[in-house]
Amino acid sequence: MKPTFRALLAGTAMVLAGGTANAETLRLLTWGGYAPEDVIAAFEAEYPDIDVEVTLSNNEEMIAKLRATGGTGFDLAQPSHDRVYAAQLEYNIYKPLDLSQINTDAMTPNLLEGVKANTTIEGEVYSVPHQWGTSGVMANMKEAPEVAGWNDLCDEQYAGRTSMRLRRTILLGTAYGMGMDPFALYADPEGYQDMLDQVTEKLIACKSVIKTYWSGGDDLSALMLSGEVVVSETWDSTAFKLYGENPDIVFVPPETGALAWIDTFTIPRGGEADDAAYKWINFVLRPEITKMMSASTGAIAAVPNGIDLMPDDKKAAISAAFDQEDLDNLKFFANIPPGIEDMEGLALERIKAAN
Amino acid sequence: MSRDAGRLSLILLFTPFALWILLLIILPQIGIGYVSIREKVGINTYEYGFKNYFDFITEPVYRNTLLRTAWMSILVTALALVIGFPIAWYIAKIARERSRAALFLMCLIPLWVSDLVRAYGWIVLLRETGVISMTLVKWGIISQPIEMLYNDMTVIIGLVYTVILFMIVPLVSTLQGMDDALLEAGYNLGGSRVTVFRRIIVPYAMPGIVAGCIITFMLTAGSYLTPILLGGKNSSWFTEQIYNQFITRYNWESGSAFGVSLLVFTSFVVWAGLRLTGQSLATTVAKE
Amino acid sequence: MYDLSCTDLTKTFGTFTAVSDVSLDIPSGSFFSILGPSGCGKTTLMRMIAGFERPTSGDIAIKGESVLKLPPNKRNVKMVFQHLALFPMMTVGENIAYGLRCRKEPKSEIAGKVARVLDRVGLPGNEDKKIDQLSGGQKQRIAIARCMVLEPDVLLLDEPLGALDLKLREHMKIELKQLQHQFETTFLYITHDQSEALVMSDNVAVMNTGRFEQIGAPKTLYDAPASGFVAGFVGDATVLEGKLGEVRGNQGRVILEGGKEVIGTVSDGSKSGDAVEVFLRPEALKLGEGESGCQLGGKVESLLFNGASSRILVQTGRNLIEVADPEQRSDVGEGSAVTVSWTPDRARIFARRPGSGAAA
Repeated sequence: MKPTFRALLAGTAMVLAGGTANAETLRLLTWGGYAPEDVIAAFEAEYPDIDVEVTLSNNEEMIAKLRATGGTGFDLAQPSHDRVYAAQLEYNIYKPLDLSQINTDAMTPNLLEGVKANTTIEGEVYSVPHQWGTSGVMANMKEAPEVAGWNDLCDEQYAGRTSMRLRRTILLGTAYGMGMDPFALYADPEGYQDMLDQVTEKLIACKSVIKTYWSGGDDLSALMLSGEVVVSETWDSTAFKLYGENPDIVFVPPETGALAWIDTFTIPRGGEADDAAYKWINFVLRPEITKMMSASTGAIAAVPNGIDLMPDDKKAAISAAFDQEDLDNLKFFANIPPGIEDMEGLALERIKAAN
Repeated sequence: MSRDAGRLSLILLFTPFALWILLLIILPQIGIGYVSIREKVGINTYEYGFKNYFDFITEPVYRNTLLRTAWMSILVTALALVIGFPIAWYIAKIARERSRAALFLMCLIPLWVSDLVRAYGWIVLLRETGVISMTLVKWGIISQPIEMLYNDMTVIIGLVYTVILFMIVPLVSTLQGMDDALLEAGYNLGGSRVTVFRRIIVPYAMPGIVAGCIITFMLTAGSYLTPILLGGKNSSWFTEQIYNQFITRYNWESGSAFGVSLLVFTSFVVWAGLRLTGQSLATTVAKE
Repeated sequence: MYDLSCTDLTKTFGTFTAVSDVSLDIPSGSFFSILGPSGCGKTTLMRMIAGFERPTSGDIAIKGESVLKLPPNKRNVKMVFQHLALFPMMTVGENIAYGLRCRKEPKSEIAGKVARVLDRVGLPGNEDKKIDQLSGGQKQRIAIARCMVLEPDVLLLDEPLGALDLKLREHMKIELKQLQHQFETTFLYITHDQSEALVMSDNVAVMNTGRFEQIGAPKTLYDAPASGFVAGFVGDATVLEGKLGEVRGNQGRVILEGGKEVIGTVSDGSKSGDAVEVFLRPEALKLGEGESGCQLGGKVESLLFNGASSRILVQTGRNLIEVADPEQRSDVGEGSAVTVSWTPDRARIFARRPGSGAAA
């Protein structure tokens, strides 16, 4: 049924695309905030022949969508660096990049090398970095001044006042908080399962402390700003945004190290507008565009002076959160080997279903 | 000649329906069924068997979530019936012709906004710093703000609110067809209010009750956003696990098995419900 | 003692008076009809007796006991509804057993009672049939059986023949009368069809605008109507409008519009000078000369053949007179000049009915 299904979807895509046959269309599959109106307007002004269409998504849905269509329907995707390798091996949904088309000189060398190392299969590079950020803990300093790391999310003194997102990040963070190193265990499935069991137990016990699981930046912001939650797992970008509205809310890089992710540019196998995609990649890494982009995403561009190119309020939030020691202590997500996500999925479901 | 033309127009009229059934209902189901009996043994290598179903049955998390989903859906259906029946009765029998349309429209209002917006509406009302909690504090009825979200009760209320229209509409249309003289005859022949309700109104409305219950039950068991958003940390719902299998775990095989299991199990609940109440589809929903 | 008595019964809806000061007494075992045009209040009256409406004032007694305080399901008055109101989701047997089960009769006796009553209405062995498998006449009989199995003091029938076609209606009239004899129960029958009322009833009450105009045996109503309304509503009649002139004894002379004068019997309190109407039954008229003042000349407008109820229509001045022609005479043809005559006691003079124009 798979070929039929694909043919149907491809047919639908063709019909949809047929409506704008004259101009080339660049179909972006990306995160909320990663294609702000002002950047699109500037891009379309420079390249009047290209229309930009945006579909908002997240790591899991990007892979699921591309898997369902066999890598068609989109011209440029932005998965995180650790989610490319296994997905490409298993589902063959991306195509190699032509690095000569990309202005790699603009990118921070160590981030570029890191992403390339993570996403090289049989000598071909599939991804280059776009923006990076971290996951950690956010606290309202007025209510919870002593927050230092992942373990505070389950601290009884904040009972009913903490929150987290029930996804793999919190499993990893909790493991670090418990003194384990999950990335080192990736290669050892049994050891990883053992670690997951301990983490599951801890997070189930933790359910009575947390208020609820958040699912997106919007409900996390509402929980923090209303004061219903005082300590939460967060993306640093969300915390930086809230700092602008309430300076008591700051990002706390956990003492075990904030978990760092890099969102990439990766081209789906069925992409039909590679030229436009490369133009977009080079366009958004220009310094003046980077500034507009970071203002919208709150994440740091993968360019050498990325932090300086943040808007002023975000820059203040970053310097309130990170010192050099924290930056040195970042834990970059490692490539997820196949099978790990299935184990994590079951752990997450057990936590969700527990009472 | 004209007979051929008649047959042609019949075929033309019937084709969209047949295509719809075939392409959008039968084919995807066959596809899901096919994927569900596929077992992944390595990257891009598969074997066939019922391991996915076996895994589903042996893992208590999944089993219990399905049972919990079914049980809460039954509860929601029962509540929707109990609350919806008097409303339907009022619309069909008591309200004047003119206000009937307005009342119907009012029942429709929840459907004018998307599931998501509706759920956020409840969240704004019920959260700890929400409208209701804050108003109660202001009036001095409670001293501390209270959290009304993230529990089963809220999930049930939200679901009843969402699906009740699908209970009311079939009930109104059957009750409207009922001659008031049947009620009067019921009293006249010596029936008390209870007898008339039990022996005349309920049997007469049975096609509407059965149709309404099946629709509400299926909608509830298949709903996603309302239980997830209102239930928060305590909201295991089976559709979420299907989503997780497909999206978070990339496990289409077991997700398909879950989907088939949900369909089979809810169909079984409907069948059991019909058997328990001594009804059949032929004498109720498909009644002329 | 009467099976059903109503005393000064009145029902108002807001400012509208549906039933006004009605009294009636129905002796045990009789067939009593209430005859009136639609909107005259007869249905409201019946609904008050059944208990679905509460009277504004007055009293209703069944077998001498007031039932005003009893709810409908406690009154031993059963009703056959206009559209019968058989329960479509029950079988014939369940329909009939419904009342018995409401009464909590022992299960063992119910089946026997149902079978017996089906037998009596001529549909033995039909317990398991569905309602929609029955013909119109059979439904009628089941509706009656459903009530009769409860042995009511009074059976109310609300125009139950209205929905049947003409042939079946004629047949059911006779059958209803027979059933009533068979069950020896008091029937209170409501209709707007005078022929139903006349054929079946022992007594008929003619009702108009919420009041009884006259109560009497069908023959009395026909031959000696008490008002112009009754004379016009019961049976056929040609109506001549005019002004009452000289009155001698109970004989009056009426000056018709157009100047002609006719003689008839003054049947209500009309006085000389009042606007009146003269009612002439077709069978009271004959063609040929009569006494002076008891005849009118005219021209045959048309001949209406209908077997024994054939009619001759005679145009005289502004009026079209209907004359019975049971022998279907052959000596008159359309257009021939004829004289219509009568005897004064069969021409009834009543005060003109409010709002009435030409013939009834």
